[in-house]
Amino acid sequence: MRTTSNNIVIGLGNQYRRDDAAGLIVARRLRGRTSCAVWEHSGETVALMEYWKGADMVIIADAVQSGGAPGTIHRFDATMGRLPGRFFRTSTHAVNLVEAVELARALTQLPRRLIVYGIEGQNFEAGIGLSVDVESAIQEVVERILGEIGATNPSKTVPPPSR
Amino acid sequence: MKTRSIKVDYLARVEGEGGLYVRVKDGNVLDVKLRIFEPPRFFEAFLRGRHFTEAPDITARICGICPIAYQMSAVHAMENALGVKVDGPLRDLRRLIYCGEWIESHALHVYMLHTPDFLGYADAIQMAKEHAQIVQRGLQLKKAGNEIVRLIGGREIHPVNVRVGGFYRAFSKSELGPLVERLKWARDAALETVRWVAEFSFPDFERDYLFVALRHPDEYPFNEGRLVSNRGLDVSVNDYDRHFVEEHVQHSNALHSTLKEQGAYFVGPLARYNLNFDRLTPLAQEAARSAGLGPVCRNPFQSIIVRSVEMVYACDEALRILGEYDAPEKPAVDVTPLLATGHACTEAPRGILYHRYQIDDHGTILDAKIVPPTSQNQTTIEHDLGQFVARNLHLSHGELTWQCEQAIRNYDPCISCATHFLKLDLRLE
Repeated sequence: MRTTSNNIVIGLGNQYRRDDAAGLIVARRLRGRTSCAVWEHSGETVALMEYWKGADMVIIADAVQSGGAPGTIHRFDATMGRLPGRFFRTSTHAVNLVEAVELARALTQLPRRLIVYGIEGQNFEAGIGLSVDVESAIQEVVERILGEIGATNPSKTVPPPSR
Repeated sequence: MKTRSIKVDYLARVEGEGGLYVRVKDGNVLDVKLRIFEPPRFFEAFLRGRHFTEAPDITARICGICPIAYQMSAVHAMENALGVKVDGPLRDLRRLIYCGEWIESHALHVYMLHTPDFLGYADAIQMAKEHAQIVQRGLQLKKAGNEIVRLIGGREIHPVNVRVGGFYRAFSKSELGPLVERLKWARDAALETVRWVAEFSFPDFERDYLFVALRHPDEYPFNEGRLVSNRGLDVSVNDYDRHFVEEHVQHSNALHSTLKEQGAYFVGPLARYNLNFDRLTPLAQEAARSAGLGPVCRNPFQSIIVRSVEMVYACDEALRILGEYDAPEKPAVDVTPLLATGHACTEAPRGILYHRYQIDDHGTILDAKIVPPTSQNQTTIEHDLGQFVARNLHLSHGELTWQCEQAIRNYDPCISCATHFLKLDLRLE
């Protein structure tokens, strides 16, 4: 099931950097539980603008590292203002999530609503496997996203974005 | 005794992490250090004990911007070891995917990383607020390059379709067809880019550089050629280690390279252009001339024009390949391991990328050596900074710092490749 609404959920991360995979795991657990398009994205964040073209509401899930307790869930409405830069890890591809969102804002290419869920990670070392607190937070983020897209989920069908 | 100090803790708009330290006393530049303090990544050690067929996929992970370069140098070095020649449509596909990487990497650097320096913006986001259409053009150009890499490589970042001997899957002409219209647009956009950047104001700064690049009998170099310089070097890539030396310096986790008895050298678009202007297509040559460039350019700040000319070339070359392409009979030629050593240099967007592998007759990698372009440019960047600072001490603290950062970005340094953050600490005593 790919897309039957104008809402899109995007999980960001690197599955080989332990808790950095949190956003990807959120996306995987949402598949089959929503009619929204659900994408996983590990590449450059500039491409996100292509992903959300034509979308009404986009929810991004990503691991964050702000010094908070592992598993802490942050929710930002990026349509209302700039994301806090210190939360999001630097991309290895020159442009991180905060910069990509701000670039989209400058180019008036933000979706109508852009919500970002940040899950506080603990371990970003090379390897596979989540910290216990991050694992618990992922399930809560999945339920909260389902609550959000359920509340705003239109029934019309749109084709998946060109990737 | 006059002292000044300038310090910038974090240099943005470069790939990876490092720092710069400049010390000036009584108007004399005493010390310049490009500090690369990100830990070494040990890829050469990872490769030992792995099968030779794994090298292109392992080394692609060194860089998110130029994975094709790593894959190409890896496969060519293995094929060099095994005496395998990949020709015809498979060779064309390799050049085509390399065109894609040059377009995406150059578009990123020209539009998102380097142009803000010339137009006085802190970053591309600030620039996009006033030049939205231009930034859009850059993003679309980059996308055109990404599309080639995605189609042929299987995905944009760390593609998975390249193998020793060719590809895992080859393509029919009709499968590549959708790239044509996009590339025609991209070629026009690249020509507009050349005209646009040519109008920028460039610091008056030239040095008598030692340029090193590949040179091929017929082509502007991507995958093959001899190593040549503007001072008489003309050697086989197999002899790389006889002529180039890597050494560790205390302030950098990336080894510094020099040419024996000649010292620091310069690789990348400027070197390629200066040593291969006659191999550019007529359209790219005309674009360069219209931008006021002759066949030789020694001002590293004008590398932004040269990168744009190379985008024209890459689009032109990609369209030529697409026009003449016929599907190969099979996606790869057979390769059989044997005890051997192989060498290859290919032209990554930032310059020559050398790989050397020794493998045994089971195909196990016994030894590996990788020399990325940014590590080769480190000493030249330091020399540029030393001379640039010495000539521009009249500038205000802020202006000098800005232009030092810009001078580093002339090289589009990929510190992640060289090993990896840039922090600027300029002390004028």
